[in-house]
Amino acid sequence: MIMGYLPNFIFLALLILGGGIFTRNILRLRRNIFLGKEAHRNDRKQQRWKHMIRIAFGQSKMGVKPLAGFLHLVVYIGFVLINIELLEIVFDGLFGTHRIFATVLGPFYNFLIGSFEILALLVLVAVILFWFRRNVVKIKRFWKAEMKGWPKFDADLILYFEVVLMLLFLSMNATDVLLQQKGVEAYVKAGSFPISQFLAPLFEGFEVGTLILLERSFWWAHIIGILIFLNYLYYSKHLHILLAFPNTFYANLEPEGKFEVDAHIKNEVLLMLNPDQASTTAQADPPEKFGSSDVFDLKWTQLMNAYSCTECGRCTEVCPANLTGKKLSPRKIMMDTRDRLEEVGKNINANGGTFNDDEKQLLNNYISPEELWACTSCNACVDACPIAIDPLSIIMDMRQYLVMEQSAAPQELNAMMGNIENNGAPWPFSNQDRLQWSNE
Amino acid sequence: MKLEVPTLASLQAEGKKASVVFWVGCAGSFDDRAKKITKAFVKILNHTQTSFAVLGTEEACTGDPAKRAGNEFLFQMQALQNISTLDQYGVTKIVTTCPHCFNTLKNEYPELGGHYTVMHHTQFLKSLIKEGSLKVEGGMYKGKRITFHDPCYLGRANKIFEAPRTLIEKLDAELVEMKSCKTKGLCCGAGGAQMFKDAEQGDKEINIERTEQALETQPEIIAAACPFCNTMMTDGIKNKKQEDTVKIMDVAELIANAKNL
Repeated sequence: MIMGYLPNFIFLALLILGGGIFTRNILRLRRNIFLGKEAHRNDRKQQRWKHMIRIAFGQSKMGVKPLAGFLHLVVYIGFVLINIELLEIVFDGLFGTHRIFATVLGPFYNFLIGSFEILALLVLVAVILFWFRRNVVKIKRFWKAEMKGWPKFDADLILYFEVVLMLLFLSMNATDVLLQQKGVEAYVKAGSFPISQFLAPLFEGFEVGTLILLERSFWWAHIIGILIFLNYLYYSKHLHILLAFPNTFYANLEPEGKFEVDAHIKNEVLLMLNPDQASTTAQADPPEKFGSSDVFDLKWTQLMNAYSCTECGRCTEVCPANLTGKKLSPRKIMMDTRDRLEEVGKNINANGGTFNDDEKQLLNNYISPEELWACTSCNACVDACPIAIDPLSIIMDMRQYLVMEQSAAPQELNAMMGNIENNGAPWPFSNQDRLQWSNE
Repeated sequence: MKLEVPTLASLQAEGKKASVVFWVGCAGSFDDRAKKITKAFVKILNHTQTSFAVLGTEEACTGDPAKRAGNEFLFQMQALQNISTLDQYGVTKIVTTCPHCFNTLKNEYPELGGHYTVMHHTQFLKSLIKEGSLKVEGGMYKGKRITFHDPCYLGRANKIFEAPRTLIEKLDAELVEMKSCKTKGLCCGAGGAQMFKDAEQGDKEINIERTEQALETQPEIIAAACPFCNTMMTDGIKNKKQEDTVKIMDVAELIANAKNL
């Protein structure tokens, strides 16, 4: 209390600043996602909860790659549990206390801190192995064309962040242990330090004053680091740690083979097949646009998919088109959708809440028809995604725009569709010959 | 043996009904290779004295390739016409040898008012065995190495993995799995209307990649359950100049052959 309440106020200010920027970004994220169209995914709540608990919370799809799945689980559990410690740091920061939970929790506190330290070490090891897989083993899916530049740097940066945060947490404890041993006032004898005790010798030579300065520096750097990391999320692929949950909740629960049937068109088709009904059938309002050429035409769930993608590349790795050297990469479809949506969001920010036409769109400026036409609609990408992202639906919506708004299908497909229209089969055979096989 | 292939129209004229409609599909009707699958399946239906009928000239493309190519309008035109035909005959149950027709009829027609029980022929054959009207024993396929290629629209899209495998096992054959199978099955390259166009620029054709995966299992037969996969894999095997040693067969053909039908 010697310095009065200044540190408390600085802490509060940092917390408000960090929390405030984070909240602003989350609100922008929400606004951008809801630029998309209605998705009708509020049904079957119970099934949706189960889906989310199994796939996001239970990480059921991560085990497909056992090593990566295990390492990810370690980081995930570490991340969730160590954040309990964050609660204590916030209380201590606000009230000027030190290890406030120690008195409340008694011996359990020792167990808690001990567990956090072990988790921190495991996270550290897992993160280093992740870095190794990316940069030394050079696993192929991390080195595809769309991963050049920022996506690559972003991925490494997240790992560096996590290493630094874990090291700060352990160093903070290591110096704390020494201060506790020296019986320095305010450093209550509490906690067990199975890992940081091995770091403590590094700081043994310092005097009490220096040690206090170090301990405080680590403590502040740790919490400031967390606030920075929290705000980094929005600018990074790392948003999946939050969005995996709503993303799996609002996922498509239908069989993968069932593609959405556009009910708007049905009325028009009926009118065309039965012109006599034209007068009796209520006039259906035809959609202003068929398919999607920009983020505004996609559904909000598809836009949330784009923000949720953590660029792991499991989709691209199993895509038959990508495997055989075609330009299509389902991961790039998601990254392009997100980048375009971010561009639109920045445009809206800069123009006081309204979008000023920038004469760009997702189609052509980001995703080329060549990529879209390479898809076999095999659903391997959808099945591979650990958090139920659906790149295929975006590809199909964009194909629909190309065909129905621009008549821009490849020539052979136009011929195929012409055949279906004229003789009910994709090949130029007469429908009258449909039963000929039975006589051959 | 003369095939008995009643049409719904002919049955109706006689005041009869069929318990299941066999949806032949465009490939099954017009493609020379696929026609053999159609006939093999009909032979089994005749052999088991299954009450069935086809639509014949009243059948039209389900609209699957149009929808996957992006033409929702044409898809719905096809679907609504087919639904009107099927409903006119009061059809309730459909079996088809094409996973694409199967998927579209089963999953996408209900949205447009067409509600039917739809089965893939591998499921149907399995049910015939279960109810006892079809008995399958090894015969000529006993001990043969057979690998099964999962059609995307049967396997991943509709989670039907066991029916075709059960049938192969009934043949006392040695079922060997490729490294990518079931949910991880690699596409043959024909889906999403790719059958009807050239592939985009790349360094390999998808069917070659899949054929190589199949050949790694050193099979005597690559079993398929989709006319399009069959075409793609047959082309792949020809490309690898293995057509004399490795055969591409539909599961229905395997059963019809095993029974000397």
